[in-house]
Formats: sequence, C-alpha cells, structure tokens
Amino acid sequence: MFLSAKRLFRSLMVSLWFMCLVFPIMGIKIVKKVAVYSFDSVFYLGIGIFFASLAWAWYFEVYLQGGMEKDGKKSLFAPVGQCWKKITTKIEDTPSAGKYTLLILLVVFSILPFVSSMYQTTIFALAFLYVMLALGLNIVVGIAGQLVLGYAAFYAIGAYTYALLNQYLGFGFWICLPIAGFVTVIAGFVLAFPVLKLRGDYLAIVTLGFGEIVRLLITNFSDFTGGAKGVSNIPRPSFFGMELSPNMNTIYVYYLALFAALITIVVVARLKDSRVGMALQALKDDEIASEAMGIDLRKTKLAAFALGSCWAGFAGVLFAARNSFISPASFTFMDSVMILSMVVLGGMGSITGVALAALILALMPEYLRAFSEYRMLIFGLVMVLMMIFRPQGMIPPSKRKYYPSALFGKKGSGKNDSAQKFSANTIAHGNSLNESTEGEKHA
Amino acid sequence: MHSENKAEMQNPTSARRKQNGAHSGSQNDGVQPVLSVKSLSKNFGGLRALNDVDMHIMPGEIVALIGPNGAGKTTFFNCVTGIYLPTEGEVWAGRQGEPHKQLNNISPHHITSFGLARTFQNIRLFSSMTVLENVMVGRHCRTKSNVLGAIFRNPASRNEEQETVDRAYALLEEVGLQDLWQESASNLPYGAQRRLEIARALATDPFLLFLDEPAAGMNPQETVELKKLVLRLRDKLGISILLIEHDMGMVMSLSDRIYVMEYGSRIAYGKPEDIRNNPQVIRAYLGESDDA
Repeated sequence: MFLSAKRLFRSLMVSLWFMCLVFPIMGIKIVKKVAVYSFDSVFYLGIGIFFASLAWAWYFEVYLQGGMEKDGKKSLFAPVGQCWKKITTKIEDTPSAGKYTLLILLVVFSILPFVSSMYQTTIFALAFLYVMLALGLNIVVGIAGQLVLGYAAFYAIGAYTYALLNQYLGFGFWICLPIAGFVTVIAGFVLAFPVLKLRGDYLAIVTLGFGEIVRLLITNFSDFTGGAKGVSNIPRPSFFGMELSPNMNTIYVYYLALFAALITIVVVARLKDSRVGMALQALKDDEIASEAMGIDLRKTKLAAFALGSCWAGFAGVLFAARNSFISPASFTFMDSVMILSMVVLGGMGSITGVALAALILALMPEYLRAFSEYRMLIFGLVMVLMMIFRPQGMIPPSKRKYYPSALFGKKGSGKNDSAQKFSANTIAHGNSLNESTEGEKHA
Repeated sequence: MHSENKAEMQNPTSARRKQNGAHSGSQNDGVQPVLSVKSLSKNFGGLRALNDVDMHIMPGEIVALIGPNGAGKTTFFNCVTGIYLPTEGEVWAGRQGEPHKQLNNISPHHITSFGLARTFQNIRLFSSMTVLENVMVGRHCRTKSNVLGAIFRNPASRNEEQETVDRAYALLEEVGLQDLWQESASNLPYGAQRRLEIARALATDPFLLFLDEPAAGMNPQETVELKKLVLRLRDKLGISILLIEHDMGMVMSLSDRIYVMEYGSRIAYGKPEDIRNNPQVIRAYLGESDDA
C-alpha cells in the first residue's frame, strides 16, 4: 500500500523540517524595526511540502520499480503515464462510474448560475457552445476520418444566418435556429460535393480554403454583412415571447447552451453507435473495402459533412444570441484549429473525451488570464506532449457492447424475438441466406 | 458510352443461348449462368491488362482463375466488381431464375448489393473495429435504418440492429471465429483475418463470391479448413464461387472448372484434369523447354 504510516510520517517530518528552515526567512518580517511573526504562510507552505513530498516519494517508487517500461528503458515520465493509465482504466472498467460522474456534472452545471457569478455563467455558456462544435467536428474528423480544417466556416454561417435574417427580415431566435441548421447542412453539401474524391492532406487543404473563403466573403461583402465591423444589436433569445432582463437572459442563454450541448452529446453518441455511424467508421478505416461491402461512399461522405456541420450552425446561432454582436474575427482559422485540437486532445471519435477536452480548452484561457501571453506556448507544449505520450487522446473511444442472441439469449434485444428465430434459421437451414434475400427482393 | 446500362435490362434469351452454346464447357444446357463475361478488356493507358476475356459461372459452381503473377487476374476481379471501369466488353450477372443485369459502369456498392461479394488479396479489414463489427458492416447494404432511426432508436431500428448482430455472429460461427468475436480485427492471426474477410463478404448475402487468393499466407492445416469452408458455402448456401489462387493443390481439388490467364488473355479453360495436361498452361507456368 502506498499510503503507509511510515511514509506519511516521513513526509510529515520533511515538512516540519522545511518549516523550521524557512521560518527565519518567511515567518519573520521586520516592520519598522519590530519583528512581526506570520505563522500561517509557513504553515501553508508546510502543507504544500507535505503533499509534494508524498508525490515525490510515490514518483520514485514507481520509477525505481521500472513500471511502464518502454523498449526496456525507464522513461522519466513513466510514473505519470502509469497513474494516468490507472485512472483511465478504472473509469473505463466501471460502467456506473461514468454515469455517476455525468450525474454529478449535470447537477453542478444546472445549479451553477445560482451559486456563481455572472462572469462564470457567461464563460460556461461559451464552453458549452464549444462542446457542441467539437462534437460536431468529431463526427466528421473523429468518426468518419475526413480531416476538415475550416470548421469555423460553418460556425460563421450559422451565426450570420441568424444575424442577417434578423437584421433584414426581423426573424427571431427560435425561427432562425432550424433555418441556420438547414443552411449549414446545405453549406456542408456544398463543401462535400467537390471533395468527394479527396482524402487526407488534399481534403485538409480544400477545407482550409473553404474556411478562408467564407470568412473573406463575410469580410468583403460589407454592404450586406457589415464587413469587418460585424453585425451588432442582435437580439437575445426571447423566453416564450417575453423579453428578459440582461442578467436573467445570461442565465437563460446558459441553460439553452447547456441543453443544446446535452442534446448534441446524446445525438452524436447514438449516431456513432448506429448503422450510419458504423458506415462512417468503415469509411475512416478503408474506403475501398467499405465500398466493396455495399456502402455508398458518396452518400456516406455527404452524410458525414451534413451531420457534422449542422451542429456548428446551431452553435453559431446561440453564439450570435449570446454575444449580440458578431464579426468575422470570431471565425478565423485559429478557431477551426482550436476546435480540431479539442477533437484530437479528447480522443478522435470519443464522445466523453471530446466533450471534456472542449470544456477544458474553452475554459482554460478564461481562468488562466494571468498567463494569456504564454497561452499559445503552453497550448503547443500540451499538444506536443500529448501526441508523444498519448496519441489516442485523453479518453479513447469506448468499445460498444453487443449482445448476440446466441450467447445472451434475448437480453440485448429486449422485446423482440424475431432476431432469435432469424439466427436459428440461418444456422439450421442451409439455403436460408439466399431465401431471405430473395424474399427481400420480392417484397 | 454505356448510357442506359444502369437500367435493369433483360438479357436477350437468344443471345444467352448462343453464348451458352459457345461455352461448350457448361454442363447442363438450359440453366442460366449466374455470371457471364463477354470479351472483357481493360486498358491502363497503353497497357492492355485484360484482353477479350470470356467467362461464365454456373449456379453452385466453384471456378478457379489461375495464371502467373501479373496475368491480370485481380484486374479481372476489379473490373467485374466495379472498382475498375472496363474498357470494352460486357458483364452480366443475376441470381438463378431472375432477370440478369449488366454490371459495367455500375458503382461497386451497387454491385455488392446486387449480390456479388469479394475479398481482397491484401487483406482490407476495418482495423479499428472488432471482429463482430467488421461482419456487421457487411450487413449495411441489407439494412435500412437511417439517421432518424439512429437518433430515436425506435423499435424498428433496434430490432434491425439486433438482427444484424445475430446474423453477424452466426456468420462468425460459420467460419469458426465465434470465440474471437470481441477481439479487434487487427489482432487476429493472418489465416483468421482471411476467414473474417469471407464472413464479411457473406454478410452481404451474395449469390456469387469472389475470393482473391484466400489461401495466401495460410499454413497447410488452415488451407484444408479453408477448403472445407468453401465447399460448405457452396453446398449449404448455394453460392457460386470464383477464386484466384496460387495453391495448385487447393485449386485442383476444389474447383469444378479452371480458367487460365496469361498476359491479360485467357489461354485455357476446362476441368482440372484437362488443365493439368494442357501444354499451353504448362508453358505459361514453366516456360518453353529448349528441346521441344
């Protein structure tokens, strides 16, 4: 056991010793020739040293054991990797753990606006929008394996659809939400058609170009879109026809964003575990083989782009409503890269991982304002370290569980027993494979 | 070129008769072949990879396509299954007793859903998926659940999915991989990967199965099992099989008829014993002897 009494005692001694050492420096201050004793700062330091010493001892224990050896060499990062592995396998192995975490998170998020400041509420609302965006991109990049570098374009299209429809036609938030979804799906098709035959690097370049084209169009078509000045005075969403006070509205938008993010999580998770999702994954693995298995490449790619882009449309409308001001500066290449990083860091194709990464990457810059100058530096470093030590992302996609009736009885199928009969038939009667298809043809 | 090919066309009976007569190798007249290929050619730029290849496969027949490396066997497969567009020639196929359909110019996934399935010479499994999921993908063209079904998980799509799972599992039992169903496909040994490819192809409910070097990389024991599997598929499911293979022992003992190709052309066809003694075939494989 790691937390033995001996080790705790040793860490305690270390911290006491450290406190004695630093007391003359930190504990005594001379103010106007009078010594002022401040014990609490030394005490805090002692607590810090206590835990640091525990961590240090653990680190070297693991290191000396040579855990997580890679190619026979002891890696200096091995203890960290091992700890991470332990945590993640524990999470993956306990199915209920995920549910409890989700429940706790849900409770925390649903009471957040009432227990914290307006500022927190605003940035969390934005973070939820990023969860939507990242999960939408996850469909295209993570599940279907089509590298898209211009995702912010769809975000922009959604936001501008609401802003312009409102400005010129006076459409409200709730009408614009489905319209924007529809418009971005069309935009997804428009992008998908020319890139149907492209993959990998070429696809990335074309989609990057698409992102820039949309941004430049918005910037330069200034008579219509307001150009670089953007569109302002976008109304916030109405609450059943009522106008809310600004504070109430912030909370309202927060809940809308939370709700939208939840829907996104559910829908994307279900999509991934479906016939359509499986076709998308097949597309990612091997295009020729999936075509030979009867998957329509055209249709499937179009579906991937359409399903992925519509979330950006919804998020865009919410973004415009939340900010009540949008400009092309919010939809640059950096934003596309940021969303892509969320997908990659979270784990391509993983719903939990991507949602978590989106929250972290969207909230981090807000809480680390003090380090804002080093933001990109830290970000780059995290990316590099992540790609070296955990290329599959924070939480790799979970394997879905299946229940073949032959093994589990009717457990998985629930109500129906036709599946059972079906499989029994297939094995028992020689010709049933052909018969059934002929039946389908005639039907 | 083939503008109206996509429409389903009835193969004129007279033409079929004539063609049946032409291929004197066919055993019983009156039975329509499931696949008839007429003077198929494929050019890659200036290179003629296939030159006027004819072939027909009768229902429930196991036919082998052999030839030295580079003879155009895989090109032939790719032309018939729609991965390549043939330069000239016609490919007709159809289930027994059903109108035939011309397959040139039809995309591969349509050909698969029509009932022609294939495996690949260099195994092309979906490596990120499990064994069961690989076979489930094969059911894609026989299932209908769409995006809405996926989102709402209505009973119809749930049942369909359970059926897919059960069917896939039954097929794994068929090829003897049921104990590995949860394994990742990329972790399987080579021979098992080949069998998984066959199971995946079977999941599309084919009437005609193309096997591209199914025994490559298998040990003798695995080859024997494969042979049994192929025979079982034919006898139990009534599937016609066309295989490319270099393992002559397997080809000779398994196939009803053999087609031999060299330099893109068909040089011989017939029953295994005829092929074994055919001087042209021996020349193609062993080269010309000086004192002949």
